[in-house]
Amino acid sequence: MTERMTGAQALVRALEHVGVDTVFGIPGGAILPAYDPLYDSTKVRHVLVRHEQGAGHAAEGYAQATGRVGVCMATSGPGATNLVTPLADAYMDSVPIVAITGQVPSAAIGTDAFQEADISGITMPITKHNFLVTDPLDIPRTILEAFHIASTGRPGPVLVDIAKDALQADTTFSWPPVMQLPGYRPVTRPHSKQIREAAKLIAEAARPVLYVGGGVHRAGASAELLQLAELTNIPVVTTLMARGAFPDSHPQHLGMPGMHGSVAAVGALQKSDLIIGMGVRFDDRVTGQLSTFAPYAKIVHADIDPAEISKNRHADVPIVGDCKEVLGDLIAAVQAASRRGDYSAWWTLLNGIKATYPLGYDEFDDGSLAPQYVMERLSAIVGPDAYYVAGVGQHQMWAAQFVQYEKPGTFINSGGLGTMGFAVPAAMGAKMGRPDATVWAIDGDGCFQMTNQELATCAIEGVPIKVAVINNGNLGMVRQWQTLFYHERYSNTDLQTTRRIPDFVKLADAYGCVGLRCERPEDVDATIRKAMEITDVPVVVDFVVHQDAMVWPMVAAGTSNDDIKIARDMAPTWESEDE
Amino acid sequence: MSRHTLSVLVENKPGVLARVSALFSRRGFNIDSLAVGQTEHDDISRMTIVVSVEELPLEQVTKQLNKLVNVLKIVELDPSQSVQRELMLIKVKADADSRSHVLELVQLFRARCVDVAADAVTIEVTGTPDKLEAFVKVLEPFGIKELVQSGMVAIGRGARSITDRSLRALDRTA
Repeated sequence: MTERMTGAQALVRALEHVGVDTVFGIPGGAILPAYDPLYDSTKVRHVLVRHEQGAGHAAEGYAQATGRVGVCMATSGPGATNLVTPLADAYMDSVPIVAITGQVPSAAIGTDAFQEADISGITMPITKHNFLVTDPLDIPRTILEAFHIASTGRPGPVLVDIAKDALQADTTFSWPPVMQLPGYRPVTRPHSKQIREAAKLIAEAARPVLYVGGGVHRAGASAELLQLAELTNIPVVTTLMARGAFPDSHPQHLGMPGMHGSVAAVGALQKSDLIIGMGVRFDDRVTGQLSTFAPYAKIVHADIDPAEISKNRHADVPIVGDCKEVLGDLIAAVQAASRRGDYSAWWTLLNGIKATYPLGYDEFDDGSLAPQYVMERLSAIVGPDAYYVAGVGQHQMWAAQFVQYEKPGTFINSGGLGTMGFAVPAAMGAKMGRPDATVWAIDGDGCFQMTNQELATCAIEGVPIKVAVINNGNLGMVRQWQTLFYHERYSNTDLQTTRRIPDFVKLADAYGCVGLRCERPEDVDATIRKAMEITDVPVVVDFVVHQDAMVWPMVAAGTSNDDIKIARDMAPTWESEDE
Repeated sequence: MSRHTLSVLVENKPGVLARVSALFSRRGFNIDSLAVGQTEHDDISRMTIVVSVEELPLEQVTKQLNKLVNVLKIVELDPSQSVQRELMLIKVKADADSRSHVLELVQLFRARCVDVAADAVTIEVTGTPDKLEAFVKVLEPFGIKELVQSGMVAIGRGARSITDRSLRALDRTA
């Protein structure tokens, strides 16, 4: 049935039809026509954020917690450019979001009109695709296409920029429109020949490793991963983006690989003779110096994006497909194979490394708080059903290392782009997507000061997230690099937040949240429990921790994974082996 | 580094050229030559892109191009299995004394004289890059006043068309 309405009404109707229930945004001149019909929508809840960057990260948090497309909205010019960081973030981490921006009227485009910015040009390299709509008739189809592109294949951000006159003009609306995407055909079914080849290598290998990445989360393939791992007895490492895709408590789990990975996970990759990469991209933070990464390993690389395969490391067996289907087919192929691999010697070696080099940290003599201890207690008290949303830096690495993840999708962070300020708005989005779950933002004092204005949104909209500020008074990760590589010259990393400028407890109070402070190890449990008891308003806990705590193990940037250090100037001794 | 000729079929929409050229620059690939134009189908444009890269980066750039939503198809054209041509317009000094020499060279290269002035002629020549290079070399002694050149266009030899299947994909969505 065809109805007459304005382009703006068509936009809201299209959003309702594709199943949008939450939009994060801020109105302004060019997008104003859309906000009028949005006011009447009973299906779409608009959440008025305090900064467009918050809207974008909230959409990302919502998307990652629910598996659905997150939506943010902004006006032209500065509203749209404030979305650039979250769009780039979503692009790097393959998060399905749709950003809708108002644009100046089509006749004014290109004239440097008030609040004009070429946002489709600006976001071209950081979106999976984008659209500029000037004809109101194109609005419903473009929205359908945007959601389809964002959520299928390798997920990613899509921006729809709509000229103000297209929103204001009268048009006709009918649903569903026919998509016109002749050049968009993501491959999800893996090639059977490649699956057989991978199964053959698995049977022949002596030291295989399943190298699991965020693609397994996006594909919802954790059950298949567990089945394949247990069927084959192959050890598993989970990248920063895949924490929780495989249970941490599982005996086959070796931890996180990479720059701050466990010795067992990094060592397993380096000594492996077969790496089965599943939804990974052989990122530099995982491989270290690429030329010395896993020198003995053949590579099976499965990913839904053909361009990831052999981009950084040559794949001996390339598999293009959705991880869920790839893993399902691999399970069948392994079950059908006449022989199974024998990895007992490999497990003896790995279990030795695991036992010798567990993750650990130093306590401080002065009775001050070790940040890693906060993570351990959070994990123990809050448990594996909660969502943990981290910012970027030391606290993020500790959250990845010392929180036990048992369930897929429960760790949300900014991996590829490394966006400080991600945690608070993303936690807000996650909590709105999963209102019944406990959501803890784990943030640093530097990160927290970039986006904590969204606490106002949380308090007013009734989104009771909890924030653990790991406050070491510094830009901690940068400080760590200055300690290690810049002769302890601490250029511009001292935020002095331990002087209580700002006072995070008072800040929380000012934002209508509950503020708590914890400075001693003996108070950690009680503080966390108190935060857990408050369920009606957001809670901010200022964990004042020692500034000298460092993230270990560490593979220094650009060096080989073989040179991993477990503490300053301390390298693990590898068992002798027969290469 | 070796030269490769890519024929890229794209949707005939605004901004597609920007998407393709931006992709080359942000992934660190240099374009030697680029030509864009219509095809026998109104909805499809064809880009002929010449790049100098090794095999592996070429595979990567092809895969990245394929990810662009507006890109329909990419075919690498082997020089021995395709016809590859560039167009050049050259304004060369030619007065009464030298004009006949210049026109002789125009004949030899099967070029055409398209404009004549008292002290210069303008020549149109098409051919492979090698031929155009050779032509420029023989004209240089006369004095080249101005030169403009198109990007290369190329088409495969034989009866097969690379657009057939892409047309069907377009029809399905129409």
